[in-house]
Amino acid sequence: MPIPQCLVHAPHDSCGVIVVEGLKGGTDMLCLITENDTTFNLKALEDIPIGHKVALKDIASGETIIKYGEDIGRAIAPIKKGTHLHVHNVKTKRW
Amino acid sequence: MQQHSQRAIAASTAQTAGHLATQNYGELTFYGWRRENGRVGVRNHVIILPLDDLSNAASEAVAHQIKGTMALSHAYGRLQFGKDLDLFFRTLIGIGSNPNVAAVVVIGIEEGWTKIVVDGIAKTGKPVTGFGIEGHGDIATIARAAHAAKHYLQWASELQREECRLSELWISTKCGESDTTTGLSSCPTVGNMYDKLLPQGIYGVFGETSEITGAEHLCKARAATPELGERWFKMWQAYQDEVIEAHKTDDLSDSQPTKGNIAGGLTTIEEKAMGNLEKIGRNSRYIDILEPAEAPSKGPGLYFMDSSSAAAECVTLMAAGGYVVHTFPTGQGNIIGNPIVPVIKITGNPKTMRTMSEHVDVDVSGILRRDQTLAVAGDALIGMIQRTANGRLTAAESLGHREFVLTKLYRSA
Repeated sequence: MPIPQCLVHAPHDSCGVIVVEGLKGGTDMLCLITENDTTFNLKALEDIPIGHKVALKDIASGETIIKYGEDIGRAIAPIKKGTHLHVHNVKTKRW
Repeated sequence: MQQHSQRAIAASTAQTAGHLATQNYGELTFYGWRRENGRVGVRNHVIILPLDDLSNAASEAVAHQIKGTMALSHAYGRLQFGKDLDLFFRTLIGIGSNPNVAAVVVIGIEEGWTKIVVDGIAKTGKPVTGFGIEGHGDIATIARAAHAAKHYLQWASELQREECRLSELWISTKCGESDTTTGLSSCPTVGNMYDKLLPQGIYGVFGETSEITGAEHLCKARAATPELGERWFKMWQAYQDEVIEAHKTDDLSDSQPTKGNIAGGLTTIEEKAMGNLEKIGRNSRYIDILEPAEAPSKGPGLYFMDSSSAAAECVTLMAAGGYVVHTFPTGQGNIIGNPIVPVIKITGNPKTMRTMSEHVDVDVSGILRRDQTLAVAGDALIGMIQRTANGRLTAAESLGHREFVLTKLYRSA
């Protein structure tokens, strides 16, 4: 199997992790869901560093972000599918 | 240099493959030192343990004079009281009692508290002597303590290793400089190791109370009984109320996740907590909750230690609890070590492998490329635990990382 650019923990996650260095916007990424070993393709709309996350769907401001199948925080701005999802558009619900 | 030795040296760096003699994990063995109380150590240190900050200078002088001993300097030990003092004594006595330590020389400013630490360590049956500085001065104390240290060192140097079951090991875990790759690779690798070795009878421990925040419902559910889960949740809630709520000036966004975590792609404490919890695997359940630096007393199995998430504090507390090997997943490249416990670094981040591989013992970046399964990564870690127990120096030991940091609960009197 070719090396995936993006790993997703669980089937209903709204974000995935970029696992290669130097990912460029425009790349048609191979994404793999580790829980069930299924794959899908997604176009990255911007450069995203290794270890950082990409939105797997359009997310509205205020919406809960799902990773590991669990609530990991909320969007504080709208996030477009294929773009960088991080501290600039997501915040914890805890503090 | 001959080709075969070059290959051997290359193979002695980061481990990536399984290569276990057997996957019947209960049959794996290593050569360790069996101590007077029956516990097995994987190192044979003679330590010079200062009771207090004032005694660091004399302790370091003794360690300088008697080559092969090691001084464990620290910042505390004066005017502590109550629970903070209890923790202080428990930590020093626990470190001295750890089976990786063959013998101990304790040096304190006065003899009263020094004797408390000496008597605590002596319960293990190992050689330990204390010296007070008052009434003698540093120079005479150094001379007296150096004689004792020399005797202990020469005695320890003749102790022989014996073959022991790997299942006799006490293996702790705590991760650091985490990023999203730790939750995908290095933390589940530790979890896989625990899933394989806990059923064989090892003692395990995880902790980092603040870093479970966001996954507390999942951690509570991993208790062996519902009652224990309730007790765990109360402990976690008490930390939120008594420490975070009482002392925060803003929110914790600047500390949890850390700047390093954020640079590595972790966005929230909830996300960090999910990755953290991957370290306990799929099947393991914790059987008791330990106070910081407390030794487990409910037999083999997995324990939770109420501890700081700061790497050096947490590893020191687990060493004081009696754990002899530490497994440390890292993403961005935490470089921590410990003076008496080998700290095995595991990373799955290919960038960290490229830029700071000298700090890594087990490379599981293949998990991200999908050319290494979690099961193989777990075996690679077990192989490295076995090699480390047999005497291989970890990256942190080779690089001289000996972080010894005491946890303080509140300011001294």
